[in-house]
Amino acid sequence: MSQPAARLPLWVDFGLIPLLNLVAAFAVAGLVVALIGENPLDVARIILYGAFGYGEGVGFTLFYATNFIFTGLAVAVAFHAGLFNIGGEGQAYIGGLGVALVALGLDPYLPWWLLAPLAVIGAALFGALWAWIPAVLQAKRGSHIVITTIMFNFIAASLMAWLLVDVLNPGAGSMSPGTRFFDAEAVPPRLSEILAPFGVDLGGSPANLALVAAVLAALGVWLLLWRTRLGYEIRALGHNSSAAAYAGVPIARVIIIAMLISGALAGMMALNPVLGDQGRLLLEFPGGAGFVGIAVALMGRSHPLGVIFAALLFGMLYQGGSELAFEKPSISRDMLILIQGLVILFSGALENLFRPALARIFAPRAA
Amino acid sequence: MNLDKTEPTAVPAAIELIGVSKSFGPVKANSDIHLRVAKGAIHGIVGENGAGKSTLMSILYGFYQADSGEIRVNGQPVRIRDSQEAIRLGIGMVHQHFMLVENFTVLENVLLGAEGGALLGKGKAEARAKLAELAREHGLEVDPDALISDLPVGAQQRVEILKALTRGAEILILDEPTGVLTPDEADQLFEVLRQLRAEGKTVLIITHKLREIMAITDAVSVMRQGRMVGTVRTAETSPEQLAEMMVGRRVLLKVEKGPANPGPAALTVENLTLRDGAGVERLKNVSLTVRRGEIVGIAGVAGNGQSELLEAIAGLRRPTSGRILLDGTPIPHDPRALREMRLAHIPEDRHKMGLVLKFETRENSILGYHLDHRYGGALFDRAAIEAECQSQMEAYDVRPPNSRLKTANFSGGNQQKIVLAREFERGPHALLIGQPTRGVDIGAIEFIHRRIIEMRDAGKAILLVSVELDEIRSLSDRVLVMFDGRIVGERSPEADERELGLLMAGVTGAGERGAA
Ligand SMILES: Nc1ncnc2c1ncn2[C@@H]1O[C@H](COP(=O)(O)OP(=O)(O)OP(=O)(O)O)[C@@H](O)[C@H]1O
Ligand SMILES: [Mg+2]
Repeated sequence: MSQPAARLPLWVDFGLIPLLNLVAAFAVAGLVVALIGENPLDVARIILYGAFGYGEGVGFTLFYATNFIFTGLAVAVAFHAGLFNIGGEGQAYIGGLGVALVALGLDPYLPWWLLAPLAVIGAALFGALWAWIPAVLQAKRGSHIVITTIMFNFIAASLMAWLLVDVLNPGAGSMSPGTRFFDAEAVPPRLSEILAPFGVDLGGSPANLALVAAVLAALGVWLLLWRTRLGYEIRALGHNSSAAAYAGVPIARVIIIAMLISGALAGMMALNPVLGDQGRLLLEFPGGAGFVGIAVALMGRSHPLGVIFAALLFGMLYQGGSELAFEKPSISRDMLILIQGLVILFSGALENLFRPALARIFAPRAA
Repeated sequence: MNLDKTEPTAVPAAIELIGVSKSFGPVKANSDIHLRVAKGAIHGIVGENGAGKSTLMSILYGFYQADSGEIRVNGQPVRIRDSQEAIRLGIGMVHQHFMLVENFTVLENVLLGAEGGALLGKGKAEARAKLAELAREHGLEVDPDALISDLPVGAQQRVEILKALTRGAEILILDEPTGVLTPDEADQLFEVLRQLRAEGKTVLIITHKLREIMAITDAVSVMRQGRMVGTVRTAETSPEQLAEMMVGRRVLLKVEKGPANPGPAALTVENLTLRDGAGVERLKNVSLTVRRGEIVGIAGVAGNGQSELLEAIAGLRRPTSGRILLDGTPIPHDPRALREMRLAHIPEDRHKMGLVLKFETRENSILGYHLDHRYGGALFDRAAIEAECQSQMEAYDVRPPNSRLKTANFSGGNQQKIVLAREFERGPHALLIGQPTRGVDIGAIEFIHRRIIEMRDAGKAILLVSVELDEIRSLSDRVLVMFDGRIVGERSPEADERELGLLMAGVTGAGERGAA
C-alpha cells in the first residue's frame, strides 16, 4: 500500500523547487538570447532594472501583478475543486462590462470611494455570471468545463466587440473602440498619488488601489479554503469526489459555487485596468491576463501566497520585458513571450523535473 | 531467535539481506534486517501494519535505496538502483495495487516497457508466443486480446504475474496479493505459486492472513517495528505462535462474544431493487431486517450486490424501487441527513470513499460531520477539531498519533482505525460496516472486532458486509447470503462452511432452514 512518494521538507517543496525551475527557465532563455547575439547578463540586468530599478518601473510591475493575482486566484480556487477554469480571460472581460456599467451609470452622482465598492460588486457579479453557465453545464450535464470555458472566452470577445463598437461607443473622435471616459471624480486615486506624500515615487505608473483589493482577495481565498466549511467541501471534492459524496457534500452545488467564486475573482481583475488605470472600458483590455493566471496558479501551487509571488514574477517579466523591447530593438516582443513560455514550461509542465533528484538528497532526512 | 542456521550453505540463497536499514526521517522503517530466502521456496513475510514489509520489498525491487546493508542475489552482492536493475537480476514484483493500463489489452500490457524496438509487430508476435507458452506451463490462462478493464481482479493479477515471468523473473515478490481476491481466485493463485516453486522459482509473499501462510509457505519471517523478529519453518510453527511473534503478546485469533440480545427492528429494507447507470439490475427485491443489539452479516462473493446494498442504505445510490426504514421512518436519499439520524457508514473502500488521503488526519476526523456546529461558526474552530482528532486517535490507538500528518502516510491498518474512530465515536444507532479489516494486521483485527462486538452489546443495529467468510461467521448473529443481487438464504453463523460456500455460489435448495 505504501507507494514510493517521498515527502520533502516544506522549504524544498515551496522554495527550492520553484527556484530551480525558474533558474532552469532563465538558463534556457539566456541560451536563446545568446544565440541571437545578445549578452544574456545584459538582458537580465535590463529586465530586473526595468521591473524594480526605479519607482515607475516598480509601479508598472505592481500594476501587472495586480491583474495576475486576481486571475491566478481565480484559477487556483477552481483547481482546488478539481476544475480547470480556462475561462478567466472571458470572465475578466465581462467583469469589465460590470465595472463600466456601474461607472457609466453612477459617475455623475457618486464620489470614487462610494463608486469603487459598487464597481467591485459589478465586476464580481458579471465575472461570476460568465462562469455560471459553464459551471451549471458541468455540474448538471457533465459538459467538460475546459471546453465550455474556452468557448465562453470567444463568446465574450464577440459580445464585447459588438458592445464596444456599436452600443457603448460614444462615437465622435474615439480612435480605439471603447466607452466614454468615466468622470475623473469617480476614478480612485493611483498609488503614486497616495504614496507621494510619503516620499515614495512611483512616477506615472498606473498601479492603483486594485492592488489592495487583490491582496485582500488573496487573504479571503486563503480563509475560504482553509478556514471555512465551504472551502473544506471544495477541497474534499477536488481531492476525491467519491469521498465528498460519502461525506454528504452536495457535489453539483459545490461545483457551481466554486466556479462562481472563480469567475468573480477573474471578473475583479477588470477593476485594475478599467477603473483604476484607463478610466474607460477598452476593447480587448484583459490582454491575455486570464491565461497568464493559469501559469500563475500552477507556479504558485494554487496557494494564495504562492499566487502573489508568482504574480509578482510575471509582473516583473511583463514590465521588465517592455523595457527590454524598448532598449534592445533586436529583441522582439516574441522573445519575451518565449521567456514567459519557458517559465510556464519549467514551473508548470516540467514541475517535477528536479523532484526525483532532490528527493534522493532530502527525503532520508525529511521530517 | 530461531533463524534457520541449519540451511545448507552450499547452494547460495536466492536472496540474502545482511544488515539492511532504511529510515524515512525519524521513522526507522527497516533496521538491521537479516534475511535468507532459499532458492525454490515459497517464503512468507508477516508483521503488523507499518512493520516495514512493503519497504523491505521496495528495497529489493529498487524503489528505495537502503541506507546501509548488503543485498545478495544468488550469492552475488548487488546494488539495485531501480526496478530495471531488479528485473535484470531476475526479480519480479506484483504490487498490491496493480500497475496495469486499463484500456490496453493483456498483450499490450505485457509488452509495455519491453517493446523491443520502435515497431511493435515483431515484439508482439514474440510476446504472444511467450504468453501461450507460459499459460501452458503454469496454468496462467488469460485471453491475450482481452482488455484489462474487462477482466476480473484475479485475472488482472495473473497478468501482473505473467508480466514478471515474461521478463525472466526467477524471484517473484507478491505484496498482499490476496487482499482483493475471492477465496476461489486466491486458491487459483496458490496453485500457480506452487507450480512456480516446482520449477525452481522463488516466491516471496506478504500477507496478513496466517491461514494462507500456513497453507502455502515453506518458511516464514516475522517483522515487528522495523526489525526482523525471526524466521521459522512453517511446518514447525502455528498461527498462534506467529501472531505472538508479530504483536509481542498473545492474540485472540477467535472472537469472543456472548449471545446477542436483540431488541426491536432498527433497520428494515423492503423489496429493494436497484438498477445501475447501465440499466443492469444490481439488487433484486432485497428484504432484510436488522434489530438493535444484533449483527447481521452478509456473506457472498464480491460483486454480488453487497456494495450496492450498503450504498443504497447509506443514501449514496438511489434505489429503483423498494423502501428503506430507519426506526420505522423511510430514510432520505441524503448521506448528511442520514448521519443526523445516527446512521454510521464504514465504506468498503477506505481509499476511494472513507478518506480524503491528501487531507491532514484532523480534517479526515470530521469528514461527513464537518457541518456540525461543534466545529465552529462561520470559521472552523480549529482547537475543537484538533481536540476531536486527538481523542479519536487516542481511543483507537492510531499510530503515530499525529493529527497533522497526511492520512496517506499512515499504514493501512491505521487508516482503517481513523475511519472507525470517526464513525463509532459519535454514538450511532445503526451501523453499516463494509470490509472492516481489509489489509489490516491481526492485532488491529482483534481490536476492530472487539469494538464491533462492543457496539452490538451497547444495543446498536449492525449490518456487516465482508468477503471474508471467517469474519462474517465469527462476528455475525445471523448470516444472510447474497448471490446475483438477491438474498438467497439465511443461516446461523454456526452453519457448515461448505453449505455457506454452496449458497454463495448460487446453489440453492439444499438444506433450506429458517427464513429471512
Ligand atoms: N514514503 C514514505 N515516507 C515516510 N514514511 C514512510 C514511507 N513509506 C513508509 N513509511 C513508514 O515506514 C513504516 C513502514 O511502512 P511499510 O509500508 O513498509 O509497512 P508495512 O509493513 O508494509 O505495513 P502494511 O501492512 O500496513 O502494508 C511505516 O511507519 C510507514 O508510515
Ligand atoms: Mg505494506
